[in-house]
Amino acid sequence: MNGVHDMGGMDGFGKVDPEPNEPMFHEEWESRVLAMVRAMGAAGAFNIDTSRFYRETLPPHVYLSSSYYKKWFLGLEEMLIEKGYLTREEVADGHAMKPGKALKHGKFDLANVERVMVRGKFARPAPASAKFNIGDRVRARNIHPTTHTRLPRYVRGHVGVVELNHGCHVFPDSAAMELGENPQWLYTVVFEGRDLWGADGDPTLKVSIDAFEPYLDPA
Amino acid sequence: MSHDHDHHHHDHDHSELSETELRVRALETILTEKGYVEPAALDAIIQAYETRIGPHNGARVVAKAWTDPAFKKALLEDGSKAIGTLGHVSRVGDHLVVVENTPERHNMVVCTLCSCYPWEMLGLPPVWYKAAPYRSRAVKDPRGVLADFDVSVPKDIEIRVWDSTAETRFLVLPMRPTGTEGWSEEQLAELVTRDSMIGTGFPKTPGAPS
Repeated sequence: MNGVHDMGGMDGFGKVDPEPNEPMFHEEWESRVLAMVRAMGAAGAFNIDTSRFYRETLPPHVYLSSSYYKKWFLGLEEMLIEKGYLTREEVADGHAMKPGKALKHGKFDLANVERVMVRGKFARPAPASAKFNIGDRVRARNIHPTTHTRLPRYVRGHVGVVELNHGCHVFPDSAAMELGENPQWLYTVVFEGRDLWGADGDPTLKVSIDAFEPYLDPA
Repeated sequence: MSHDHDHHHHDHDHSELSETELRVRALETILTEKGYVEPAALDAIIQAYETRIGPHNGARVVAKAWTDPAFKKALLEDGSKAIGTLGHVSRVGDHLVVVENTPERHNMVVCTLCSCYPWEMLGLPPVWYKAAPYRSRAVKDPRGVLADFDVSVPKDIEIRVWDSTAETRFLVLPMRPTGTEGWSEEQLAELVTRDSMIGTGFPKTPGAPS
């Protein structure tokens, strides 16, 4: 979706503000949100793509004015309500009113903690051979899906070169909508900065994205 | 089910709490009461990030690559596999790609769509990495972003920005500082900063105040 989350190349957000010796969390609640998101994801309430989609669909003014963990919290709460894991009444009351719904991987307890400390596996067996080879010129499709996609706007319509092939991976566009994993070949595609940003752009700049095969056409 | 209002380690007066904090506590109470999560397991996740997972993991990998050419070669060929051979470093996922800074090229990592980051190597990302200024500008004006960090890369050096748009994660292998000949891996690891592994900084130089 063409949401405000798709920020690459936008102007007006100001300077980067490095914070010397920043704490790991600025508020204790941030750590609880982090842990709840990891735990409920590991318990099977949602996948990583769905959780990203819920954050992206926050109203633009909410997205832009909320801190990182606030976005996580708002996305989590809405996602769990919509998926039937809790109700708006329970959220308003602050307590459970009826028993929980079964989780795909069961309750998240201490025995599950080490599991979330390792990144998930997203590689899948290939359903077909790869359409592109390293060195191929490809054009990022000019697509504007209203649902989740990982093709950023700033590369759409531009030609780049396939640099790496990562194998077949879960396709976020499908997984986010719970339409299945639909594995697709994944490539690193590199673009010339001036192709993306025009003649005034940095002549030395190259920018790459990781692009799933359905995002690309031969060029 | 329990209607005991306070969570086990939250014993402050609610009147002092922000609306967000109250909402977060309420959600945790509900998730606990419904039997989805065990608060002690949430504590353990937080503790692991606070004490075990951090930039020191990445720094060890970089220092080893600086001292062991065979490891460096393996690391650049398959980051996940090479790091998997180091028992003392956090386990990483299947797709960690290590990109090397050279006299001709400086690498930077960003995630313009959310905030993807190699947590296992660097810990949780800093606020600036997740914020709009970095996410919006890194792909368009990386030298301007570097200037915000008081970092300057000579004009004739190529800047390569890696936008992390899938589950592949990227780690920058910075150049070894000069004047470190004969240093041990442990000494070298002390010079490796988190930002140098994102590409928004350089390693510390020998003798410079930390």
